[in-house]
Amino acid sequence: MKEFKILAIIAALVGITYYGIEPYAHHVMHPEVKAADFAFEDLKNVDTSLAGNVDNGKVLVEANCIACHSIEKAGHLQIMSNADAAAAYGVVPPDLSSSGRIYDKNYLANFIFDPVSAMHLSHKYPVGGAKAFPMPAYNWMQPQEIMDVVAYLQSIAPKVAGKDAHKETYAAACGRCHSMSYAKFEATTSKDAIKAYMGATPPDLSQYIKSRKEHYLHGFINDPQLLLAGTSMPRVGLSEKAQEEVIAYMEETGDSKKAERESVGLWVMLYTFVFAILAYLWKRKIWSEVH
Amino acid sequence: MAEFKQADSMYEWFDQRLGIDKFLKVMMTEYWIPKNINFLWAMGVLLTVMFTILVVSGIFLLMYYKPDVNMAFDSVNYTIMQEVGYGWLFRHIHAVGASVVFLVIYIHMFTGIYYGSYKKGREMIWISGMLLFVLFSAEGFSGYMLPWGQMSYWAAYVITEIFGGIPLIGGDLVVWIRGNFYVSDSTLTRFFMLHVLLVPLAIIGAIVLHFYALRFPHVNNEAGEFFDFDKESEKYLAGDKKNSKVVPFWPVFLSKDFFVLGFFLLFFFYLVFFHYDFAMDPVNFDKADGLKTPAHIYPEWYFLWSYEVLRGFFFEIAGISGKSLGLIAFAFAQGVFFVLPWLDRSPMVKPANQRPYFKYWFWFLIADLIVLTIFGKLPPTGANAWVGFASSITFLMLFITLPFITRAEAKKVGGK
Ligand code: HEM
Repeated sequence: MKEFKILAIIAALVGITYYGIEPYAHHVMHPEVKAADFAFEDLKNVDTSLAGNVDNGKVLVEANCIACHSIEKAGHLQIMSNADAAAAYGVVPPDLSSSGRIYDKNYLANFIFDPVSAMHLSHKYPVGGAKAFPMPAYNWMQPQEIMDVVAYLQSIAPKVAGKDAHKETYAAACGRCHSMSYAKFEATTSKDAIKAYMGATPPDLSQYIKSRKEHYLHGFINDPQLLLAGTSMPRVGLSEKAQEEVIAYMEETGDSKKAERESVGLWVMLYTFVFAILAYLWKRKIWSEVH
Repeated sequence: MAEFKQADSMYEWFDQRLGIDKFLKVMMTEYWIPKNINFLWAMGVLLTVMFTILVVSGIFLLMYYKPDVNMAFDSVNYTIMQEVGYGWLFRHIHAVGASVVFLVIYIHMFTGIYYGSYKKGREMIWISGMLLFVLFSAEGFSGYMLPWGQMSYWAAYVITEIFGGIPLIGGDLVVWIRGNFYVSDSTLTRFFMLHVLLVPLAIIGAIVLHFYALRFPHVNNEAGEFFDFDKESEKYLAGDKKNSKVVPFWPVFLSKDFFVLGFFLLFFFYLVFFHYDFAMDPVNFDKADGLKTPAHIYPEWYFLWSYEVLRGFFFEIAGISGKSLGLIAFAFAQGVFFVLPWLDRSPMVKPANQRPYFKYWFWFLIADLIVLTIFGKLPPTGANAWVGFASSITFLMLFITLPFITRAEAKKVGGK
């Protein structure tokens, strides 16, 4: 009994210390921010309840978008090399094949209306500032037309699932700027080009699942400014599902042994438990002779 | 030379040449340990096992680790963690083990303080133990640098910078330690050498010394009782095991240690597989960048209390800068535990709770160390800075007043 008392005292002291240096310190250094908002409720320029017309959307996209954007799924191939495209625009413009799948509908519509405000990058590209964002605002379009474009993009987006989707979403949403060297993935735009374009070098994300952790990434990708005010990283507007795919890809790359770790862990603990029980029985037997 | 007769068995052959029989008796079956002990006396064996686990897992890591600023980070986080079969397992065991070993060291140390196992003949056990503490600290610090993450780099930067505060030689000393004007490749390579060769060798030597020092004064017991080990062991050997106050190291003492070890390892492996962030700080999965200071820099948890003593003095007092005061306090904190046997002026060897004054001192010290540890991690701003200051002062005062408290205690108990 006395030994249990000692154990309880030690457990209490260790518990208090642990609480102070881990959960509590973490809470002080990383205060909780607003929960992720996958409806992008702050964006209200376009009435997204309008039903889009796919055929009209196709016409609008071909007239307005493909001068800069490739859409490989619809047969519009990229005409410049990545390096030339980066030199011309600052960053390689995204291929629009999967846009309709990975971006939230409300975000996508409002992005077309005004990219800079949707991305929360007004501090980098102020109205009338020296540097302009390469994509113009289509705020002259009617909401109906914008919704037609969105409907078209949604209609051509390929249906992918599983690990393929994880990688594809990462490449489309993050891969123009962020390399992932542990997956041998190189960003399509060079570091120097991005630095000139956005004012900061985008980090390689190979270990971000470990250094930032899922919880932080969940909030950060949804709205970077909330967690890192002033950052050059745009809000990219992924739907919740697409964001989960991105995080899954980061985990497959950065913590590829997770499943193995968890299953081996259980076996090792089970084995140790058996050892502990046997050791206890042996101890009882030995000590019964001396007590 | 003695005459050798033909050996009848392999055992005998070795026994003739190595004296196995005698050796096992001296080291194991007739090495006497008091019977009146609780599980806290298993900590020493736990530490021996942990050290072995660290050496073995470290040897595996050594096969793939690259001590070069351009390769270190990826060699750990990619090659070892993801490519090599079970590389992650060895890294997790090593990193978590290095942290948990300090938990056990602290429990072991404060067990020694609580039961007064550092005095009346046990001074050398204590000093060799403190030597182990210092060596383990050096081992922990040098090892933390090796993955070359952000916290590796910045903790190394901040801690080596501390030496710069030493008068006259400080500036040169920092450069000498780093092997460069800043923390760089030469720093990494030399700390690698320290971590895998020099410090482990010294630890092994110190463990031998520690065990040797235990031999003559004997291990203490739960009541702090002094008795005649020869008489008690004779009783045991004569068959009166129940009335003897001692038990042999093997199998009796170790059987209890294995039992404690079993449940301890269960806890340890839980941490290794499922709860390792406290030992593998997320910040350290960002590669070291000398141009990008992390928002919060803190050392590993086991250094936090002394780090806080250093930070606690943040303003000038009597014309001495806060930085110098902090450094003096820090040096004091590093050294003072060594002389504990001489600061305690009371002859009592009893559990702290049976000592009229010392018991307050002991629990006060524990509380203060916990406060220092927690505030050592928090940003030192606003009220935090003042809590740090107060708890640092308390720490110093506790040790400065200890001789007076214990002398008063000696008077009260009449020299018993
Ligand atoms: C880190 C490596 C260490 C190892 C492997 C180690 C090992 C041991 C072992 C096996 C014992 C005998 C059984 C027991 O009481 O646990 C012991 C006793 C002791 N150790 Fe350590 N020890 C270490 C560190 C320390 C430290 C850091 C201190 C304190 C400064 C310390 C102070 C003592 C004292 C005072 C005793 C005597 C306990 C008694 O007589 O009841 N040791 N150690």
